[in-house]
Amino acid sequence: MDSIATVLVAMIAGALRVSTPFLFVSLGECLTERAGRINLGNEGVLVLGAMVAYATSYETGNPWAGVLAAAFAGALLGAIHGAICSLARVNDVAMGIAIMLAGTGISFFFGKPYVQPSAEHLPTLPLGFWSSLPNIRSALEVSPLFFLGLAAAFALHWFFRTTRIGLRVRIVGDSADAARALGLNIDRIRLLATAAGSALAGIGGAFLSLSYPGSWNEGLSSGQGLMAVALVVFARWNPLHCITAALIFGAAGALGPSLQTVGITQGYYLFYAAPYVVTLLILAATVRPGRSLRGMPGELSIGR
Amino acid sequence: MSVSAQGVQAAASPDSGTTDRFYPARRALETVAGPVIALALAALVFSLFLLALGKSPSQFFQLMWLGAFASSFSLTNTLQRAAPLLLTALCVAVPAQLGLVIIGGEAAVALGGLAATLVPLLISGPPALVILLMGVFGIAAGAFWISITGWLRASRGINETVASLVLSYIGIALFNHLVEGPLRDPSSLNKPSTYAIGDANMLGSLPGTDLHPGLLVGFVVCVLCWVLIFRTSLGFSMRVTGGNLRAAMLQGLPVERLILLACVIGGGCAGLAGMIEVAAIQGRANASLIAGYGYAGILIAFLSRQNPLVIIPMSVLLGGIGAAGGLLQRRMDLPDATVAVLEGFIFVAILASDTLQGRFAWFQPRTKS
Repeated sequence: MDSIATVLVAMIAGALRVSTPFLFVSLGECLTERAGRINLGNEGVLVLGAMVAYATSYETGNPWAGVLAAAFAGALLGAIHGAICSLARVNDVAMGIAIMLAGTGISFFFGKPYVQPSAEHLPTLPLGFWSSLPNIRSALEVSPLFFLGLAAAFALHWFFRTTRIGLRVRIVGDSADAARALGLNIDRIRLLATAAGSALAGIGGAFLSLSYPGSWNEGLSSGQGLMAVALVVFARWNPLHCITAALIFGAAGALGPSLQTVGITQGYYLFYAAPYVVTLLILAATVRPGRSLRGMPGELSIGR
Repeated sequence: MSVSAQGVQAAASPDSGTTDRFYPARRALETVAGPVIALALAALVFSLFLLALGKSPSQFFQLMWLGAFASSFSLTNTLQRAAPLLLTALCVAVPAQLGLVIIGGEAAVALGGLAATLVPLLISGPPALVILLMGVFGIAAGAFWISITGWLRASRGINETVASLVLSYIGIALFNHLVEGPLRDPSSLNKPSTYAIGDANMLGSLPGTDLHPGLLVGFVVCVLCWVLIFRTSLGFSMRVTGGNLRAAMLQGLPVERLILLACVIGGGCAGLAGMIEVAAIQGRANASLIAGYGYAGILIAFLSRQNPLVIIPMSVLLGGIGAAGGLLQRRMDLPDATVAVLEGFIFVAILASDTLQGRFAWFQPRTKS
C-alpha cells in the first residue's frame, strides 16, 4: 500500500514536470495545424529553445530572459519553416524533418560551450507547503511555466473561439478556397501561425534546460517535438484538450522512473507506449475512408 | 517565367503532336539542375557561416574531401555510413510512388535488427544459413511493422504519416521493452543489449576491402526497386495510383493491395537495414540501432525525388559528410555538430528548390508551330 502511494506521488510529480514541455509544444503544434500546416520541425525548435534559454540564462543570470530568448529563437526557426513551405511544391512534412535536423545541428554547434557551466534555473512554486511529508513537498514544487502553459491553453482556446484573427486562422486552416474568397493572405497567416506556434515550442525547450531536467546537453530532448503531432491528434486540435493530452502523455512517461523508485525496473516501456496506442485507437475508431477525423483542419496535408 | 498553357497540355499528352526530341534530355537536366544549384547555394551559405566564425571555408571543404573520399580508409567509412541510408530511404521512396508519406522507418530498422538477433538463439546451423535466416527475419519484422501503417491506410483511411509516426514510437517502446527485458543479455550492464549473434554469424568483409557486403546489398536493392517501379507493370500501377487515385480505381487497379505491397517492400528494406547493422557492425541489438537512420532516410528519399537510383549518390554524399566529421573536429577545432549544420543547410536548400520545378518554360516540351 505504501509503495503504491510512493509510485502515485512520484507519478503525479513526474507528470507535472514532464507534461510542461509537452503542453507548450502541443499548443504550438495545435496553432500551426489549425492554420493548415504541419510542423515536424518543432523538435528542432524545442532543442534550439533549450540551448538558447540555457545560454542566455548563463550569460545574463536571468532565467526569464532565457525563456524570452527561447521564444524568439523558436519564432525565427518557425518563420523559416513557414516561409519555405509557402513556396509551391514544397512538402511540409519533409521540410519539417529538415528543420528538425538543422535546428538540432545548430543547437549542438552553438551549445557546445554551454554543456559544462551551470546556468541560473527558473524558480519553482512550493505548492506542497501544507504537507509535512518531504516527498509530497518536493513533488509539488511546480514550475511557474506549467501555469503559464495552462494560461496559454485557455488563451488559445479563447483566441480561436472569439477573436477575429482566430477565426481567420481557422478559415485558412479549414478551407483555402474560402480564405481566398474572403481575400485573406493565406501564406502570411500560415507563416505567422507557424512562427507563433514555434515560439510556444521554444518556451517548452526553455523548460527542459532551465527547469526539468534542468541542464543543457545533447540528449536533452527525447523527441517531445515530434510526439506533439500525436498529442494534437489525441487532443483533436482543441487547445484545452492539449492540457489533458500533455498530462496523460507526461504521466505515462513518468511511470517508468516512479516504478524504479520502488524497485520495478522492467515493463514500463509498455506503459510508456500506452498513450500512443490510445492515439492510434482514436484514429482507428473515428476515421472512415472518405471522412477525416473530427476536428481536423481541412487543409492539413496529413488529413488527406 | 510561368508554364505556358500549351506546355502543360503537351506535357499531359506527350504523344499527341509533340515533336520535341530533346524534351526528355531537358527534363533530366531540370531534375538535376535544381538540386545541384541548391547544393551550391547551401555550400555558399555555409561558407559565409564559417567565415563569420573566423574559419576558412576552403580548408573546410578540402578536409571534407580528404575525410570523405580521398583515401581508401575514408571512402570505406563513407560507404559504411551510406549502407543503412540506402535502405531506409527506400522505405520512404517505394510507398511514395503511391503518394504515401511514411515516416516510421526508425522503428522498422530497430525491430528488423532485433528480429535478426533471434535467429542464432533459435537455431544453430552453418553461418550461411543463419545469416540468410537473419535477413529473412529482419525483412519480415520491418515489413510487418510498416504494413500495419499500410493496412490502416488502405482499409480504414487513416493518414499514413500520422499512423507511421505514432507506430514508430510504439515500435521503439516495444524494442526497448524487449531489449531491456525478455531478450536482454544479463551480462550487458551499462548498455542493455540482446545476446550477441556470435562472431561466426557476422557478415565478413568483401574480398580485398574492409567493406561489408551489406553495402552491396543496398546497391542491389536500390536497382531492383528502380526496375520494379519504372520497368514493370506492377510499378506502373503504383505510379498511376500515386498520380491519380480515381483514375487508378476506375481502371480497376487493386489500390488497397498496392498500398499494402508498397509498405511491405519499404518496411522490408528498413528491416533489412537493421539486420545489416546488427550482422555487420553491432553484433547485437541495442540502442545504437536507433541512431536517426530512419529520419535521414526520409530526407534522402525526398532529396532524390523518390527515385531509387538517385538514392545511391545521395546516400554516399550524406555518408561522406558524416564520415568527414571526425577529421574536421580534430583539424579545425570545430564541434562535431558542424557536419549536422551543413547537412541541415543542404536539406533545407534542396527541399526548397523543389519549388523551381516546372517554373521555367525552357525546360518544357515544345510543339512545332
